[in-house]
Amino acid sequence: MSAPLLDVRNLRVEFPTRRGTLVAVDDVSFTISSGEVLGVVGESGAGKSLTGMAIIGLLEPPGRIAAGQIVLEGGRIDDLSPDALRRIRGRRIGAIFQDPLTSLDPLYTIGRQITETILTHLPVTRRQARERAIGLLAEVGIPAPERRMDHYPHQFSGGMRQRIVIALALCAEPRLIIADEPTTALDVSTQAQIIKLLQRLSQQHGAAVLLITHDMGVIAETAHRVAVMYAGRLVEIGATRAVIQAPRHPYTAGLMRSIPRVGTRARLAQIDGAMPRLAAIPAGCAFHPRCPQRFEPCARARPSLFEVGDRRTACWLYGDAQTG
Amino acid sequence: MRKPVEIPRPLVALHAVGRDFDVSKPWLNRMIEREARHLLTAVDDFSLEVRSGETLALVGESGCGKSTVARLIAGLYPPTRGRIEFDGRSQGASPSELWNAEVRRRMQMIFQDPYASLNPRWRVTDIIAEPLRAHGSLTRRADLRARVAELLSQVGLSPADGDRYPHEFSGGQRQRISIARALSSTPEFLMCDEPTSALDVSVQAQILNLMKGLQEQLQLTYLFISHNLAVVSQMATRVGVMYLGRLVELANAPTVFSSPRHPYTRMLLDAIPDLEMTGRPRTPVAGEVANPLAPPPGCAFHPRCPLANPRCRAERPQLTATAQGALVACHAVEEGRD
Repeated sequence: MSAPLLDVRNLRVEFPTRRGTLVAVDDVSFTISSGEVLGVVGESGAGKSLTGMAIIGLLEPPGRIAAGQIVLEGGRIDDLSPDALRRIRGRRIGAIFQDPLTSLDPLYTIGRQITETILTHLPVTRRQARERAIGLLAEVGIPAPERRMDHYPHQFSGGMRQRIVIALALCAEPRLIIADEPTTALDVSTQAQIIKLLQRLSQQHGAAVLLITHDMGVIAETAHRVAVMYAGRLVEIGATRAVIQAPRHPYTAGLMRSIPRVGTRARLAQIDGAMPRLAAIPAGCAFHPRCPQRFEPCARARPSLFEVGDRRTACWLYGDAQTG
Repeated sequence: MRKPVEIPRPLVALHAVGRDFDVSKPWLNRMIEREARHLLTAVDDFSLEVRSGETLALVGESGCGKSTVARLIAGLYPPTRGRIEFDGRSQGASPSELWNAEVRRRMQMIFQDPYASLNPRWRVTDIIAEPLRAHGSLTRRADLRARVAELLSQVGLSPADGDRYPHEFSGGQRQRISIARALSSTPEFLMCDEPTSALDVSVQAQILNLMKGLQEQLQLTYLFISHNLAVVSQMATRVGVMYLGRLVELANAPTVFSSPRHPYTRMLLDAIPDLEMTGRPRTPVAGEVANPLAPPPGCAFHPRCPLANPRCRAERPQLTATAQGALVACHAVEEGRD
C-alpha cells in the first residue's frame, strides 16, 4: 500500500484563554490518499474547520497546534516557518472557502488574480501564465473564458465566483485541496454543479480532497470516506456508504435520523440537547449526556477509536472498557 | 378512501400582486450618462390563497421573490400592483390602506438569522414582551412576566431564561426565542422565512418538530419559505414553486413530490443530493437563474429548459390546472409534450 498523501496524527488545537485552555480539536487522526475525497462532517463548533485551518497553517492566534503531527507527502509541515508554509499554500495545498466573495479581491480582474497566483508558484512566463489561466477557467466551466478574464468579481454570479475560486485553488496543481463548505452559500442547482466539478477535478488531477461540510447530502454525493466530528473529537470514520447507511456511533445515528427527506412527513427523530461548549466538555465520552445508549463506562473513561470491520468508532459499545 | 373535504376558507389571498423596486442610479448620474430608470420586478402577477390551518410552502432559488411575497403580506412594503386580503380586509398600493393594528397583531414573522433578529442589548423577557407592549395587550408588569414565562415553556425553554441576554443562547435556542416572540401577540398566521437554514441539522429537527407541535396546539396557519425541499416536504400541506418572481407550479405537497410537472420543479427535485446513495442517475442541472433586471421573454425559464420551443421563447405561459389538480405554468405541460 502506498503511503498516504496527507497523514494527520493526534492533532490537538488549543485556545488559551484567561479562564483556562480550550481544546477545540482533540486527538484527531486521519489519512487521505491521492485521488481520494475525505468528507469531514459535524455541527458548527465541532472543530471541522479548525482542523482544516491547522493543516494549511492558517489558525488565528491565539489558537495553536498544541500536539500532534501533520505529514504531507512524507514531510512534516506543522513545524515549518511561516515563510515555508506560505510557499506550500497555493503550491502544494489549495484552499476553497465558503464565501467566494471574501476569497477574491474586488479591485483586480479575475484574470490578473489567477495569473499572479500562477506566476507566484510556477516558473512560467506571463504569457504562459495567462494561457494557463484561460485554460483553468474553461476547465471549471466559465463560458467565454478569454473575455471573462478582464471582468471583476462583482460581475459574476455566486456559482461562477465559486468556480473562479476553484480555478485559483488549482493554479499550481496542488496535491491536496481543502474545501471548507464550498457549496453552502450556493443555491441547490448550483450546488449540484459545483459538487460534480469537484468530483471530476479530484479524479482528473489525482489530488486528495478534504471536504469540510455540515451537509450529509454533499458528503453522500462526493466523498469516498467520511469522518464525523463531535465536540472537537473524531467519533466515527469509515467508507461513506457504510457510515451513512449503517451508522455505528449513536451520535452519527441520531444525526442521520434527524435529516428530513423528501416524501416523508413522520416526526423527525431529534437528539435532545445541544453540543457542549468547549469550556464544558463532559468527562468520558463527550456525547454521553445526550446518548440514548449510554452505560457504565461512558461517563468515566473516554473511548478511543475502536476498529471494528470496515470502520473506526469512538464508542464503548464497540470496545472493551477493561482494556481500552 | 378520500372523502370530499370542504376546502377551508382562505385566511390570506393575493390577487395579481406585483412589486417593483427602483434600482436606478442616482438622478445626476442618470442625467449625465443619459440612462433610463431601471425597475426590478421582484414579484409579478402573483395570485395565491393561504387556507386557514394549512402550511403553504414557497420554494425557489435565491432572488426568486419568495421573501418579497412574505414582506408584502406583512405590509412591510405596499404592493405596486394588485391587492392583498387578510381575513376579509384588503390592502392595495395606496399607503393609506396599510394593515391596521389588529391585522398586524394577527400575523407575525420568524426570520432566518436568529443572530440578527434579536436585539443583543435586551433581555429575553423584554424581547418577547415587545409585541405585547406594542399592541397594548398586556400592560401590568406581573401579567407580562407571567405571559413571557408561559411562552418560554411553550417553546421548550425555562422561564428563568427570560433574565438572560441573546448571546448566552445557541442558534437553536435563539430561534426558539424568535418563535416565542412571534407567538406572544397570539397571532393566527406566521410567516417563517427560512427559519432553519442557519441551524445545524440536529437542531433543525428540534425546531421543525416544535413548529409542527405549536401549529397543532394553537391552530396556526404557516407561510413557510425555504429553499430546502426536504424540509418543505416535512412541513408543507401545499407547495408553491417560484421562478423569477412568478408562481410556476402550485399543488398539494404529495403531488409536487411524487409527480412534479413543471420542468423547473423537476430540476429542483433532481438537484437534491441523494442521501440513500442509490446511484440514481441525475440529469445535470443546466445554467443559472437569469438576471431579474432583464428577464428572458416568454417563459422566464426557457433558457434553462430542456423542453423549450419557439412558443416558450415568445409567449408567457399562464397557470393551468392539470388532471392531478395542480396549477402549472408551462406550455410543454399544457401541450402534453413533457
